[in-house]
Amino acid sequence: MFSYPTVRLSLLFVALALVGLLLADISITASNPWRDLGNFFLGVVTPNFFSSEGLLTALLRTVSFAFVGVALGSLSGFLLALLYRHGPVRVFCAFIRAIHELFWALIFLQFFGFHPLTGVLAIAIPYTGIFAKVYAEILDEADPEPYRLLPPGTGVVAAFVYARIPDCWAQLRTYTAYRLECGLRSSAILGFVGLPTLGFYLETSFSQGLYSDAGAVLILFYVLIAAIPLWVRPKLLPVYLVAAPFFLGEGFPIVWGNVERFFTEDIVPAPLRHGEGVGGLLSWLGDLFLNEALPGIWNTVLLTQIALVATGLLALLSFPLISRHFGGPVRRTSGHILLVVARSTPEYVLAYILLQLWGPSMLPAVVALALHNGGIIGHLIGRQSDTLRLRPDAPRGIHRYAWELVPRLYRPFLAFLFYRWEIIMRETAILGILGIYTLGFYVDSAIQNIRFDRAMVLILITALLNIGIDALGRFIRRRLALQTLPSC
Amino acid sequence: MSLTTIRKVIASALLLLASSAVWAETFVFTAIPDEDETKLIERFRGVADYLSEQLNVEVRYIPVKSYAAAVSAFRNNQVQLAWFGGLSGVQARRLVPGSEALAQGVEDQAFQTYFIANTSTGIAPAQDLKELTDSLRGKTFTFGSKGSTSGRLMPEFFLRQAFGTSPEDVFDRVGFSGNHTRTLRLVEAGTYQVGALNFQVWQKELEDGNIDESAVRVIWQTPPYPDYQWTIRGDVDQRFGEGFKAKVRQALLDLDDPELLKSFPRSGFVPASNDDYEPIRETAEAIGILD
Repeated sequence: MFSYPTVRLSLLFVALALVGLLLADISITASNPWRDLGNFFLGVVTPNFFSSEGLLTALLRTVSFAFVGVALGSLSGFLLALLYRHGPVRVFCAFIRAIHELFWALIFLQFFGFHPLTGVLAIAIPYTGIFAKVYAEILDEADPEPYRLLPPGTGVVAAFVYARIPDCWAQLRTYTAYRLECGLRSSAILGFVGLPTLGFYLETSFSQGLYSDAGAVLILFYVLIAAIPLWVRPKLLPVYLVAAPFFLGEGFPIVWGNVERFFTEDIVPAPLRHGEGVGGLLSWLGDLFLNEALPGIWNTVLLTQIALVATGLLALLSFPLISRHFGGPVRRTSGHILLVVARSTPEYVLAYILLQLWGPSMLPAVVALALHNGGIIGHLIGRQSDTLRLRPDAPRGIHRYAWELVPRLYRPFLAFLFYRWEIIMRETAILGILGIYTLGFYVDSAIQNIRFDRAMVLILITALLNIGIDALGRFIRRRLALQTLPSC
Repeated sequence: MSLTTIRKVIASALLLLASSAVWAETFVFTAIPDEDETKLIERFRGVADYLSEQLNVEVRYIPVKSYAAAVSAFRNNQVQLAWFGGLSGVQARRLVPGSEALAQGVEDQAFQTYFIANTSTGIAPAQDLKELTDSLRGKTFTFGSKGSTSGRLMPEFFLRQAFGTSPEDVFDRVGFSGNHTRTLRLVEAGTYQVGALNFQVWQKELEDGNIDESAVRVIWQTPPYPDYQWTIRGDVDQRFGEGFKAKVRQALLDLDDPELLKSFPRSGFVPASNDDYEPIRETAEAIGILD
């Protein structure tokens, strides 16, 4: 068994995570975590939809921000996808998608303030990078045959539209629709930094222990996501796209002087602003790196590795819930509901809830990351397992699981897991805003102290770390010849 | 597109423009989110109504999610007036030349931080923080918001003074609860063993019967320091007319609605100046959270 590279790699990652567990801060510090959890679930089953007047507006804003942000991201991502073979474009896209929506929002908040543009750009920019990459991958996979059959002299645009697009259309559409769902999640969590979306009300009611109000926000959110097939119809899309910009709210007028000030003063490192020269800059950078970046990177990597393995375990344990090789329709339907809830809840929201209930440590973050990502991967390989055909005399129960299905699904499973490695790290970094000492904690501290120069350096470091993990993940997938379809 | 649709679009565009013109006339203020939001909204909507009556302009309060967001909104001229803490006020006035502290609460002239502990720790109240060094070491500790004066700056300053090192080296775990009410709840529940909060919040919650005194108690009170104040931008006179700043100051000093004052809670407002907050600036520089 040890001769398989996939097995050796898995064992290595498990060992790393176990060592990480010894070093990490894992505990439940709340004195009565189960009572609080019980109260929370009681709140979810007794939701109060009428407590805050703004809840419906928040729902409208959440949808509008998502639509405008995803539409802009998809359009500019598509244009960049056409140029994706050029190195600089790739680097640019990798960079903008390595910075989390919430970090973008925190940046724009500093000079656009509470203007709708803050929310729209916070979604549109990272999504541009993601769309560009995935669209380029999809376009590359297109069958070249129709292209060759075109008569000579066909224009470039016509050739592209008639010979390339039709072959990829279904995939492009599926992926864009899927991204819209991600956009709704991103839009909702922007409320945690003060934008008028659902996260705003969730944070407000949760932090005051108003669990029934928080339950109402969560239920609204699940209904919104689950009902996507009902309300996002191809015929209605143009209507939504035209209407969405008008429902972003008015916010406050942009003062362009603030934008200029941000770029020419705020983010210039303090020693340069005070004329301390290169020497001052180096000691400033050294100090920042030693006291904030290094501990931040250490905790981010530690948490990422633990969460990655926990995600893998959960995915492997949960896929039978929806697989047709196990149980009847009742079990599969409830399994589907469970996994949909798990993957619809943004990690950030899950981590926030668990942190409130269990007290501060890395544990809530690990559980949140594992539940969300494990739910997604479990769902994907569960569906893939349905395509497997078993012999009529195949073993049943645990033997079927351990000796038939897992070995046959293991490679796609690893492919999905390594694909999500970078996504898990992006989220891990951002969870620092909630008080876990990952990079986001130090970014948030710098912003709270109105030191945007420090915040920008730390965001840059976070982005580089993400790009590094992304490259490593791709290297491993290529090395082991693991193929995957893009997912968010 | 039919002509009527075009007309509608133009009309709505004009309406949008018109509404932004009205915006310019609105006097907007914010406050640091130091307590539960429901309480803040109730309190500051009252203040908005009061000010709008006194000043004859439309006055609006906007809630924000962090201390830094309050400072940024003030700096970016999206709000013209703010109820800041000591530290956020110092930060804001440094960033906006010409802005000034208008008025502070009577209690803010000698504000205090209370250190509180869960009773399960068995820590007894003391007169001097130095007496508590042994019993505090190795406990878990929470500040309020990262940008808070009474919840972070002053307690960190006194802790450093007593222990000669940073809080991270003293305590087993250091957290930032977000605001004072939450610090109280977390220490009461035992999630953190020790915490530091605004003494006004403690006293008000105690009066309202919202504290389980068998679970949490005050173990140390800091020496007094200046805290909260109303700060206004320097350019309001140009925007709202000559003498506007003086009118705002007078309105704040005249505020005597007992219900409204009780919601702060302050017994009244007295004049304040930028210089009153020099000690806060020095402290912030000393512990390195102000460049």
